Amino acid sequence: MISASRIMAIVKKEVRQLRRDRLSFGMVVGLPVIQMLLFGYAINTDVRNLRTAIVDQAQTHLSRQFIAELAQTQVVDIVEYAQTMPELESLLRRGRISIGVALPADFDRRVALRSRSAVQLLVDGTDPTILGVANQLRSMPFDFDVTPSAARWQLVETRPYYNPERRSPVNIIPGLMGVILTMTMILFTAVALVRERERGNLELLINTPLSSAELMVGKVIPYIVIGMLQLALILGVGRLLFDVPVRGSIVDLYLAATAFVAANLTLGLLISTAAKTQFQAMQMMVFILLPSILLSGFMFPFDGMPSFAQYIGEALPNTHFIRLTRGIMLREAGLGEMLPDLLYLVGFTLVAMIIAATRFSKRLD
Amino acid sequence: MSSAFAIEARGLSKDFGSLRAVDGLDLNVPRGQIYGFLGPNGSGKSTTIRMLCGLLTPSEGTALVLDTAVPGETKALKPKIGYMTQRFSLFGDLTVLENLQFIAEIYSYPAADRSQRIGNLLDRYDLVQQKSQLAGTMSGGQRQRLALACAVLHHPELLLLDEPTSAVDPQSRRDFWENLFRLAGGGTTILVSTHYMDEAERCHRLAILDHGVKVADGTPRELQDATGMHIIEVSAENPYEAQAAIHDLPEVASVTQLGVRLRVLIPQSYEHPVKRIEASLAAKKLQATTQLSEATLEDVFVAVTRKAESDTT
Repeated sequence: MISASRIMAIVKKEVRQLRRDRLSFGMVVGLPVIQMLLFGYAINTDVRNLRTAIVDQAQTHLSRQFIAELAQTQVVDIVEYAQTMPELESLLRRGRISIGVALPADFDRRVALRSRSAVQLLVDGTDPTILGVANQLRSMPFDFDVTPSAARWQLVETRPYYNPERRSPVNIIPGLMGVILTMTMILFTAVALVRERERGNLELLINTPLSSAELMVGKVIPYIVIGMLQLALILGVGRLLFDVPVRGSIVDLYLAATAFVAANLTLGLLISTAAKTQFQAMQMMVFILLPSILLSGFMFPFDGMPSFAQYIGEALPNTHFIRLTRGIMLREAGLGEMLPDLLYLVGFTLVAMIIAATRFSKRLD
Repeated sequence: MSSAFAIEARGLSKDFGSLRAVDGLDLNVPRGQIYGFLGPNGSGKSTTIRMLCGLLTPSEGTALVLDTAVPGETKALKPKIGYMTQRFSLFGDLTVLENLQFIAEIYSYPAADRSQRIGNLLDRYDLVQQKSQLAGTMSGGQRQRLALACAVLHHPELLLLDEPTSAVDPQSRRDFWENLFRLAGGGTTILVSTHYMDEAERCHRLAILDHGVKVADGTPRELQDATGMHIIEVSAENPYEAQAAIHDLPEVASVTQLGVRLRVLIPQSYEHPVKRIEASLAAKKLQATTQLSEATLEDVFVAVTRKAESDTT
């Protein structure tokens, strides 16, 4: 028989303990803000100011005009002028520059004749993002470009929906929400039971009429509330600093987040029933956290991953939550349109809760 | 039908891997008494207590605890027993009052009487001053009083105390035992494990455990009368040399030095124990007075654990 008052007793105790634990309390507020700032500002696929060196063997009026216009794009940041091609290659190899621009001695003639390309870009291809940016430079219009407009006719045209300015934070923040919640929520409950085992509290608790299910539910409830607070914090900071919109319904977003937070908390409890020490619980958490960052579609497009990685990704709650948040926040999708992802989170919570409550025996052996 | 015993155990055993922590324990604990478990560390006291309250499953044997079969459905047993763990197991980051409130809520203590009950316990266990103090910052004695208050909050019929006084000073131990006697007077059965002789002596009955085996049980008086040993006390000017002289006699079971005195145990199968010892001391020309003495519980303990050793070798 489940007793609501016993569950409330656990909830009250957890809240009191959390309030006195400054480190955990700091984690509730500090971790989301720090991560938002780090990810929001550092992860930027919209690359600018690539360090660049130039070899201008033409030294003509036209070549200097080209270099000036190149600098104006702000895509490149000209840090050095080299004399020879080997010198340019050496700079590239030593990592001093990401792009080397070589203008041959017959630059003017090549521009006039349009027979061979007049500019050579030496690109550090170890980073595909930089290579992509360099490719964009190819289609740059230049003032002296006298080609008739017909020649620049495009067969295919792209129209960026939902993020026309192509700003990275718009893509990053909804995903980051999932990563932050995964990290804090699993951590809270993963150490919750183990800590009580280590401190000896569990030996007392299992000798009371308290049932496993009551203990589990009581431990999850306060953190759902904390998860909601974190969500509000992330949305607020996202709005204020990165102008990330919530185009869909905020109620839908909160419903999705509740399911997601509950899924992570029960996953944490599951870890807690398997781990012997808090340190072990942390180690196990890394095994969840890393794929949640790498395989969830947060960092890399889900479609591009090999199928086995997609299977792992599909199992992770974060994958489904990121789909939900991007859908609701950016594409103005309704929760009804994304039902499978929501149902997965609910199902995950139920199954994990049952396994955790069964695994946690009220015995010491 | 209610048994006269709060605990009846038959052949209770527990293996941890290849180690047999408790071996074939039979136990009868009468209701309303303080029953002691005396034994050194690792003798199986904690394991037995944990089996009795359902925390550990016995490898063999059964027990009847407050008419509930163990192992079995121990859920009904939980509200009727109070358990004080060897290690402080309340919440160090909650205050004294919060800990008591938590326990009251967990045991579903009637809400109307809750604050009165907690108030009484704070008074009774001298914790009024510490009411708002975090339990983790209290002294050993204060923690122990809080643990006892929490263990008895729900008026359990049976109280299991696992080395409750191992971390407290002598004065706190005295006060603690006064509390135990009052609880027993109120009808509570108390099973308490200890490795202090003076505490064991205060129990109504006790069992001596050694390497998981019960080597003796009875009232302290019975045990003292039934050591099967002559106890000879030797006061020597040079106790160290006297001990060396006596120790190698084949009939001597054990010699324990207490200051300038030696307590010598000789099995009762030997006659004239005093003369034997005086003779061996005289042979070494050692000055000493020798007299027969009453057995203390410590002598009992030494006698029964020695016996167990010689039985196994």
